[in-house]
Amino acid sequence: MAQTITLHVARYSPERDTEPYLQPYEVPLKEEWVILDALNYIKDKLDGTLTFRWSCRMGICGSCGYTVNNEPKLGCAAFLTQYAPGPIKIEPLRNFPVVRDLVVEVSEFLEKLKKVKPWLIHEDGNEAGEYLQTPDQLEEFRQYSMCINCLLCYAACPIAGLDPVFIGPAALALAHRYNKDSRDQGSAERMAVLSHPEGIWGCTFVGECTKVCPKHVDPAGAIQQYKLTAAIEGMKQFLMPWGQR
Amino acid sequence: MVNRETEPIYWTLFSAGGVVAALFLPVHLFLFGLAAPLGLIRTPAYSSMLQLLHSPITRLYLFVLCSLPLFHFAHRFRYTLYDGLQIKHLNEVVFACCYGLAIAGTMAAGYLLLKL
Amino acid sequence: MSSPRQASAPTASKTSVHSSPAPIYTEFHPRWYRPPISTYWWLGKWAYVKFILRELSSVAVAWTVALTLYQISALVRGPAAYSRFADRMSSPVMIAVNVVAFAFLLLHSITWFNLAPKAMVVRVGGRRVPGLLISGPQFLAWIAASAIIIAIVVMWR
Repeated sequence: MAQTITLHVARYSPERDTEPYLQPYEVPLKEEWVILDALNYIKDKLDGTLTFRWSCRMGICGSCGYTVNNEPKLGCAAFLTQYAPGPIKIEPLRNFPVVRDLVVEVSEFLEKLKKVKPWLIHEDGNEAGEYLQTPDQLEEFRQYSMCINCLLCYAACPIAGLDPVFIGPAALALAHRYNKDSRDQGSAERMAVLSHPEGIWGCTFVGECTKVCPKHVDPAGAIQQYKLTAAIEGMKQFLMPWGQR
Repeated sequence: MVNRETEPIYWTLFSAGGVVAALFLPVHLFLFGLAAPLGLIRTPAYSSMLQLLHSPITRLYLFVLCSLPLFHFAHRFRYTLYDGLQIKHLNEVVFACCYGLAIAGTMAAGYLLLKL
Repeated sequence: MSSPRQASAPTASKTSVHSSPAPIYTEFHPRWYRPPISTYWWLGKWAYVKFILRELSSVAVAWTVALTLYQISALVRGPAAYSRFADRMSSPVMIAVNVVAFAFLLLHSITWFNLAPKAMVVRVGGRRVPGLLISGPQFLAWIAASAIIIAIVVMWR
């Protein structure tokens, strides 16, 4: 195994640059190192100005999403040896505005997430005490609750890039997670936001979101399931408009 | 024309058309577009064909075959133009062309199959 | 990203080759970099190319319906019209187009039945039915339907 590997990291300083450029760095090629270790080595030893987000370094916080060799990846989950002999190109996540270097602006996503009301909606409020739920009921939505909001799916989804108002895979999957939760009564409330050209109907089932998801949430599947639900609801309202208001 | 009330209808038409197209269109194109012209099979004589088409079941089958898949095309092609060519600003025009084609085809199918 | 320029080792100099004349940003709000999406975005990944091909199969669907309508209209207009239809279908250009269209129709059918299980979650006894058990019967139905149509056309006299 070679001693070092070259990383080409995108740099962008809004005060200096009009567009990003790639800067090469040579880092040790250690068997147990991931991309995040390499970036921290650069920041500690080579270039303290490099800016990037990271936190838990174990795939649960969702902070360290980057575009590695044109694929959205978590920096803490991609081993350097996977890309040996390199070079490795590291750019910020696609389909988001770049604030600086590898940091992207995610406030638009947070607004979209709020729109789908990703919390339990129950007529008792949350004052009624504990809910009871069987393991089977949990299984209905457990997969979709695994989302860590890392936004790799938005980076992979062409619609998220082409249509900035598209609510997007993670938000839609999380809405589906709450709709499927037996403790939740908010399906009707969420329908207006989800069954909308900017919601599920904007999705054309490319399927890349599911492929890149590090937690196997399968947002594409969630969206298609909800399309069926919304279509049945829509036909019911169309054919039998009485009593549905 | 494109809002949250109508999208479920278009998607349902798209799905139904997709199923009909997936199940039946390949064999039709194979038989009448490839096998018969290339002489691999012998199709019925003209008068027998006409007789086959007189049955109301055949007419209903052909009507469904020639209308639903067009709505599948309309929905899918509308989105392909948005995503591929990024012409969302021509929203209404694209919609009218795609669904206009589907409606025209459906009307042609109805007219022809009633005339038989 | 539009083609990024390569730089050599990091320099500490303030007059970097990448300077713009003066910083242009709103106070407390950095100037975000938002590249436009190229019309050829779908050529960037094989997965995107496959997606666009799948979507373009709808054109083959419309084409086949058009041919079927042409066939029915020829039947309505009489034996002479029908034999003209048969001649047109035998032309090499038409055959070539139909070979391509047939390939696209196969793409449509295969991707359609493979994606169907995603939209339907069927649970039996608390466990999710595997996708193959949902798409398998649909493929079988496809084969059965095709066999029936072939039988009718070949054997009808």
